[in-house]
Amino acid sequence: MILSRPDFIAFAITFKLAGITTLILLFLGTPLAWWLSRTQWRFKFLFEGVVALPLVLPPTVLGFYLLVTLGPNGPIGGLFDLLGMQPPTFTFTGLVIGSVLYSLPFVVQPLQDAFTAIGNRSLEVAATLRASPIDRFLTVAIPLARPGFLTATVLGFAHTVGEFGVVLMIGGNIPGKTQVLSIIIYDHVEMLEYRHAHWLSGGLLLLSFFMLITVYALNRRFRVVQM
Amino acid sequence: MSIKIKLQVTRQEFVLDVDLDIPERGVTAIFGPSGCGKTTLLRAISGLEKSLGGFLKVGGTVWQEHKHVLPAHRRPLGYVFQEASLFPHLNVRRNLEYGVKRVPEAERKISLKHIIRLLKIEHLLERKPSYLSGGERQRVAIARALAVSPQLLLMDEPLASLDLKSRQEILPYIESLHREFDIPVIYVSHSTDEVARLADYLVLLEAGRVTAAGAISDMLTRLDLPLAHGRDAEALIEATVSGHDENYHLTYLDSAGGRFTVINKELQVGSSVRLRIAARDVSLTLEPQSRTSIQNIFPATVEEIVPEGNAQVTICLMMGGVPLLACITRKSASELDLKPNKLIYAQVKSVSLLS
Repeated sequence: MILSRPDFIAFAITFKLAGITTLILLFLGTPLAWWLSRTQWRFKFLFEGVVALPLVLPPTVLGFYLLVTLGPNGPIGGLFDLLGMQPPTFTFTGLVIGSVLYSLPFVVQPLQDAFTAIGNRSLEVAATLRASPIDRFLTVAIPLARPGFLTATVLGFAHTVGEFGVVLMIGGNIPGKTQVLSIIIYDHVEMLEYRHAHWLSGGLLLLSFFMLITVYALNRRFRVVQM
Repeated sequence: MSIKIKLQVTRQEFVLDVDLDIPERGVTAIFGPSGCGKTTLLRAISGLEKSLGGFLKVGGTVWQEHKHVLPAHRRPLGYVFQEASLFPHLNVRRNLEYGVKRVPEAERKISLKHIIRLLKIEHLLERKPSYLSGGERQRVAIARALAVSPQLLLMDEPLASLDLKSRQEILPYIESLHREFDIPVIYVSHSTDEVARLADYLVLLEAGRVTAAGAISDMLTRLDLPLAHGRDAEALIEATVSGHDENYHLTYLDSAGGRFTVINKELQVGSSVRLRIAARDVSLTLEPQSRTSIQNIFPATVEEIVPEGNAQVTICLMMGGVPLLACITRKSASELDLKPNKLIYAQVKSVSLLS
């Protein structure tokens, strides 16, 4: 076998990171996206700007600020220190925090679009059929936003798998702890181990492509069924 | 018992300010031009639209009073929107069950089976809404609203988004609702035809305010209101089927205004019908004509005369306490020397029946 043990460990860390990040993002992103799609608040664009920031910011910039804030001398890292916990820099927790911020727009934006597309009518109908606000959200909004959830899940996952700059800055490329696939590929190339790099890169390419076409195919089916 | 509605809704350039008492049975139509606030009023009654202060009492229960406002999902009502608005992700059966499941068992007075049979939607139950025609969708929407056993049924122009054929298909179902279920209905419409067919009580709304309200037969014949004018002006008379003439194939209908003779209809003796008599189908004469082909001639008194353009007048007649409209030329009116309280004979050329 061409792949080494560190390769497999990096593989496991990457997918664990992407899985946890996606779960956290769905959990936090759903209420945020719902609020953004429904609020009439004048300054909601401020929040939309913050959510979209990781799309345009160089990952190293985000990573740098995270390193500063989460480090032992930073405001949040210091708080960890004060509570007798290890600051999250150079740990898996740090990777998760960084990934959540970095992939935020990839989860929130599809959800927000999906919630906006539902409109108010179905929810009003549900209200006249005795459904409370939470009941309406769970039984009408979420099922109708299903294509949005699928897109959000896959994009959030795939984007986390593909990140490089943020994880390098905040995780520091520690094998077995914070070394992820994209970084190990870089290391292989650095050491001119092109065969390793080919196997890993090709695998990621196919995987990402497969995830994306699955989303598009399924969403097309949903749309056809619902129209 | 009556439904008390006192609501104000303020939007940028529009104020709805309504203070109304409507009967707690039968169909109340809210009628007016588009943009007059009909839909807003219905939404405010349902709680979907926030209204300031105000007071709302239905079936002895206060739904709204000052700060105490029941949210929409706590109001025991049914709402039929202009577009059927079925849940696209649920099939017809689950659309129907959505509301039923959320109503406590003790409050379920109308059985879903009965509604499904009445609206003839048994064969659609397993289908998704996207596979239904416009008329079928609206029937399911009406069934879904009824299935929660509402104490008040709100209908917002349920026929407006349908083509003529689907409209004809649905109207009989809506007509049958208040015979089948004793639920008061508030029906928003801008079609005089629908109002004449369905309503018992009529509220005229204009620019967010109630301009007039009353029993439908009075409202249609009040000459100070727009409904009594124009080509479609007509009177409604409630009558009972009193017998049939087998020989000539005729049916007799008794009303407070007198006995009408119409071409035989398959109607049971004793059943009640609503007669529509267009103002242009009524002519007037000073003496009862015996040598005429017209069967329906009634003595009446002139109540009021108003000009209709330059050439015509509309006259409100009273026959045995029942108002009737006649539209004749100004010349005839002057030749007959018509004036209030004058006794004349109304000849009714044609009657249409609503059962």
